Amino acid sequence: MTLVFGVPLSVLFGQLLLGLINGSFYALLSLGLAIIFGLLRIINFAHGAQYMLGAFAAFLGLNYLGINYWAALLLSPLLIGLLGIGIERGLLRRIAGEDHLYGLLLTFGLALIVEGSFVKLFGVSGSSYPMPELLKGGHNLGFMFLPTYRAWVIVAALTVCFATWYMIERTRLGSYLRAGTENPKLMQAFGINVPLLVTLTYGYGVALAAFAGVLAAPIYAVTPGMGSNLLIVVFAVVVIGGMGSIMGAIVTGLAMGLIEGLTKVFYPEAANTVIFVIMVLVLLMRPAGLFGKEA
Amino acid sequence: MKMLKKTAAAVLVSSMIASAAQAEISNDEIRIGYLADMSGTYRDLSGPGGLEALNMAIEDFGGTVDGKKIVTFNADDLNKPDVGANTVRQWIDERNVDMVTGLVASSVVLAAAKVVEQGGKLALISGAAASSITNEFCSPNHIHWTYDTFALANGTANAVLKDGGKSWFILTADYAFGHAMEADIKKVVEAEGGSVVGTVRHPFPSSDFSSYILQAQGSGADVIALANAGADTVNSLKTASEFGVTQSGQRLAGMVVFLNDIHAMGLDVTQGLMLTTGWYWDMDEEARAWAKRYEERVGSMPTMVHAGIYSAATHYLNAVKETGSDDTATVRAQMAKTPVNDMFAKNGKIREDGRMVHDMYLVQVKTPAESKGEWDLYKVIRTIPGDEAFRPLSESQCKLVTQN
Repeated sequence: MTLVFGVPLSVLFGQLLLGLINGSFYALLSLGLAIIFGLLRIINFAHGAQYMLGAFAAFLGLNYLGINYWAALLLSPLLIGLLGIGIERGLLRRIAGEDHLYGLLLTFGLALIVEGSFVKLFGVSGSSYPMPELLKGGHNLGFMFLPTYRAWVIVAALTVCFATWYMIERTRLGSYLRAGTENPKLMQAFGINVPLLVTLTYGYGVALAAFAGVLAAPIYAVTPGMGSNLLIVVFAVVVIGGMGSIMGAIVTGLAMGLIEGLTKVFYPEAANTVIFVIMVLVLLMRPAGLFGKEA
Repeated sequence: MKMLKKTAAAVLVSSMIASAAQAEISNDEIRIGYLADMSGTYRDLSGPGGLEALNMAIEDFGGTVDGKKIVTFNADDLNKPDVGANTVRQWIDERNVDMVTGLVASSVVLAAAKVVEQGGKLALISGAAASSITNEFCSPNHIHWTYDTFALANGTANAVLKDGGKSWFILTADYAFGHAMEADIKKVVEAEGGSVVGTVRHPFPSSDFSSYILQAQGSGADVIALANAGADTVNSLKTASEFGVTQSGQRLAGMVVFLNDIHAMGLDVTQGLMLTTGWYWDMDEEARAWAKRYEERVGSMPTMVHAGIYSAATHYLNAVKETGSDDTATVRAQMAKTPVNDMFAKNGKIREDGRMVHDMYLVQVKTPAESKGEWDLYKVIRTIPGDEAFRPLSESQCKLVTQN
């Protein structure tokens, strides 16, 4: 058996694949953050709570309304996205143009309120979301047992990520969006409805978080704290990739998943810290992030 | 004149005796503090439900002991040792609290117990796991009631070993509790002729366990032991089920698993899991009756920690009633003298190291087909006699034991 630093190659392949799966979650979440920051200049601290809401919407929908997983995959992001639109219209709009700190505090406060209420309602142990029948089981790849659901996570997350990237970088709507980021006043002068664009962007970013939440529901415990545990890592990913860079967020998300996966094999104790170490190094060498443009 | 002096002296002495007797209940109130995690990871196994269990015990006394009112204070320790210790210090210094109970996260408990000892008060610990509480950190001022890491590792590991699980892989939460648990498991496994083929220490808390489960799977061990707790255990078990660990013939042994964890995960994921518990609501008539009362008030079934809080508080209040005093040493001695016989324990006894020794139960999680209700989750496989379950005094490092 071929060994790499004392670890069989087959084991390493397995871990890399798992890293990629985690990376797709990071990519999906950091993409939403990056889009929101790109256009609204808001550091959306409620992203973790919105991810949690996505998972809970799927869970509650299944138990009270009988909505199955596939429908939830569509309906839950839609519902939470609408909620996001409400937040943008009702709250974030009022602090547009103010210092970043206001947005950060507002969204952080919202997250605390939502998570606190859910702890009160559902307890901290949370609940379990059953795996959809179609995605149960798995395949033996020779070097590892790959559950079908994890394979689905990669496919679903990457499809959504690249579709989003395509929409923003390659379509007319995307070009408005990017232009709006550069110079909103000028865009408005050209007759583009920038406020609507901003609202929809926030809604879409939030919907991405909710989508990730539904994807996560069958494999992680659905708990009120599930988002806040993940959020800090995702922020680190966004900082490494460069705030506001779409491709940066996707690529960095996947790469960090891989690096974290390797750390779990060679030095598991550091698995939670390795991303922050990389963040520090990146900030020292390229303060704007790997894919960010120097301001 | 002489007569007068004598009478005066007699009056003085008798009034002194009378006032001394009155002062036996300090402040004319029995003051109890409830310190627990009310909002974090351990909320569901202790939290507001534990406070309700304490209130039930007080109500069963009619809110008073011999006309002296029972008063409670409660606080959230946020699982932070400094917050817990400061709260207890305030309770003792400013409110003359006589007894503190609840007490969940081991790190908080070790800090709070020190304050209780300095203040000369009593702590009845129900939630915490670390067996060091009555070993190297024992004191005459606290009693560890419900369970500990030694009893859990001992009960579960022994049963799994006897069932043929010889080689072990341990998944450990990388902090004090996990390390203690890992050591306790290793000891039991090696003493019984098994071997530990690998361990992996994961950061606390973690959300994704797929990598660790894959490593455990790759190790080829018969048994994968989970030396973690709460959400970490829940996620480990879910991931193990997803990756087909049990289908491939490996077994899982959860070390610190509470009823609310099993309820949250569901039987599909947890069926067949062996674990050790200090109490189960469906274990006998008395337990069922109490659990039903609790469920009506709280809306969910009690964990062993909730039951332990009720049992400890009741035993304490009985001792106060018997002695007519809330003085720590007096009550502590009375509590140790009387066996614990209630819905929680039969013939439980409090040892000099502060360990309340009672029977533990080896249980197996039911299959969905066996379960007849939302909370019908365990079947009791074996009652582990108290003396076998807990660390024997002969191995104790407690200063109260070794000095004798």
